[in-house]
Amino acid sequence: MPRKIRVLVAKPGLDGHDRGAKVIARALRDAGMEVIYTGIRQTPDQIANAAIQESVDIVGLSSLSGAHNNLFPKVVQILKDKGAEDILVFGGGIIPVDDIPGLKKAGVREIFQPGASTEDIIKYIRENVKV
Amino acid sequence: MERWEKTTLNKVLSKSPEREPSFKTTSHIELKRLFTPLDMTDLDYCKDLGFPGEFPFTRGVQPTMYRGRLWTMRQYAGFATPEETNKRYKYLLEHGQTGLSVAFDLPTQIGYDSDHPLSDGEVGKVGVAIDTLKDMEILFDGIPLDKVSTSMTINSTAAILLAMYIAVAEKQGVKSEILQGTIQNDILKEYAARGTYIFPPLESMRIVTDLFAFCKDHVQRWNTISISGYHMREAGCTAVQEVAFTLADGIAYVEAAIRAGLDVDSFASRLAFFFCCHNTFIEEVAKFRAARRLWSKIMKERFKAKRDDSCMLRFHTQTAGCSLTAQQPDNNVVRVAFQALAAVLGGTQSLHTNSRDEAYALPTEDSVRIALRTQQLIAYESGVADMIDPLCGSYAVEALTNEIEKKAVDYIEKIEAMGGAIKAIESGYIQGEIGESAYQYQKEIETKKRIVVGLNQFQVEEEPLRDILRIKPEVEQYQKEKLARVKKERDHAKVKDDLAVLKKAAQGTDNVIPPILEAVKGYATLGEISDTLRDVFGEYRER
Repeated sequence: MPRKIRVLVAKPGLDGHDRGAKVIARALRDAGMEVIYTGIRQTPDQIANAAIQESVDIVGLSSLSGAHNNLFPKVVQILKDKGAEDILVFGGGIIPVDDIPGLKKAGVREIFQPGASTEDIIKYIRENVKV
Repeated sequence: MERWEKTTLNKVLSKSPEREPSFKTTSHIELKRLFTPLDMTDLDYCKDLGFPGEFPFTRGVQPTMYRGRLWTMRQYAGFATPEETNKRYKYLLEHGQTGLSVAFDLPTQIGYDSDHPLSDGEVGKVGVAIDTLKDMEILFDGIPLDKVSTSMTINSTAAILLAMYIAVAEKQGVKSEILQGTIQNDILKEYAARGTYIFPPLESMRIVTDLFAFCKDHVQRWNTISISGYHMREAGCTAVQEVAFTLADGIAYVEAAIRAGLDVDSFASRLAFFFCCHNTFIEEVAKFRAARRLWSKIMKERFKAKRDDSCMLRFHTQTAGCSLTAQQPDNNVVRVAFQALAAVLGGTQSLHTNSRDEAYALPTEDSVRIALRTQQLIAYESGVADMIDPLCGSYAVEALTNEIEKKAVDYIEKIEAMGGAIKAIESGYIQGEIGESAYQYQKEIETKKRIVVGLNQFQVEEEPLRDILRIKPEVEQYQKEKLARVKKERDHAKVKDDLAVLKKAAQGTDNVIPPILEAVKGYATLGEISDTLRDVFGEYRER
């Protein structure tokens, strides 16, 4: 039997809107994944360290405050610097469509926008994480 | 009734069943097919409904309601620099807005200056950046503070921002005694839902009650707190939970103030409330009426308030941000209109209508104007403002008002049994309840048990909205440079002394507001004042 997919759901920056992050954490858990939720107000360093320590396969970042262009690429970069570039990073929140190409270029694999369903996210993770 | 059910109704039901086996509100209240006088048999008009402006205030807090004065149209606004936000305020006032509502950026809300490492990427994003009194002077430049009322969504740093507001008013020649407005100052819901806490709960409550005490002597017309259900509702809770958790928090504040030695009637009339108005129209109207009645009873019976205005639940309403869809954003204009109408029929004192593009970003000027116009249409064209509580006496509205009150009381009793709201938050109970409701709501959308027009039904192929408000990245640098200039020019010795006096007050039992006021006048920064308090009070960490 394949092992369970391990996911870190994280809230970078000062944003306290965690409804989406919590709903997604629970939906992924119900879909049979092992999920660690960081809680709010995490720095990119804290998130990357947690991802490595918990040996997750993938990190989901949630931000609704508009700080995604600063914070999401930093998480990717720190993971890379620590030799953990095999941990995939995706994101979601209030993210204008015009920001998506830049985020993808910086190594964020996928961005889910308002209205995305938990099913879409579960499907994305299953297709992109090899266990 | 029985006759109707057996004959006319059954004939139809046997041929074509109803759309659903049962109909429920978002608070899981089972809706009867038909409400009739049978649902009103226990209702005592004078005791349960009464008259506007009189206990138990079910029908509204003012004797003439909107026939006397319309609600305050107050659009929550703030972004980028104080310079830019000042322009937006002037634009809104020119278009007929009647009060200001300040949105601060996250660093300001959490006590960090724009040059703090944790402010990286957040400066000016969700609101305006305020570092020192200088920024506040720019924010209200040319706006007469003796004429407008200003609401500030600020919690853990509320004392600092109110102090800055008082200092700006003083520079305009306006005395604090006549200032009108509100600070949100509701720290409990920050732990439960919104997340901008700094200090642990007990220390935070001390600042809250220090503000109550200071304002009753110096800023008498100011609403010292806006006890908020809005953010818990936005985080996912139901209408009943919104009433219950908000009033439970209210009870905790009143208890804390009484424990701090204040007489209930010396501060209770300055407590204000803040609710969300979501989609389910009748349930929302009933919610506001139920909240008003229940709070009046709590104040009179439990806290023995003697003054009538101590028992009045006055509230601000914002339409439900979480109900907005990124899909077919123009539909949001219609959603917001229904929600706003329900808030008015529920008797709100002030109202913010969300803009159609807020699932994408902070709103553009054009979108905000439509949102404001929506309120003006309700006020001047719909006619609903010409009658007081016009839905009163509707069998359905009264039945739901009773039911919501009853269910909220059950919740409050449960929270009391846990030791009150602070304990219920510390144990994670309230957060758990909110999270559970949010998850159920999402599941209902994904299984199409709940239809969201344009999202899970009636979709179209469409291009995403691109014409949105963008905060320029230069804002951060601009704020940092301005901050550096202010720091260079101020009287350093005074700042040092003022912060030392504040520290001493925080360590002891003296009211911390006067030393904060003194410090802001000397251009001590928001971050410096917050750090001084952090040193003494420590910081809260989520479990």
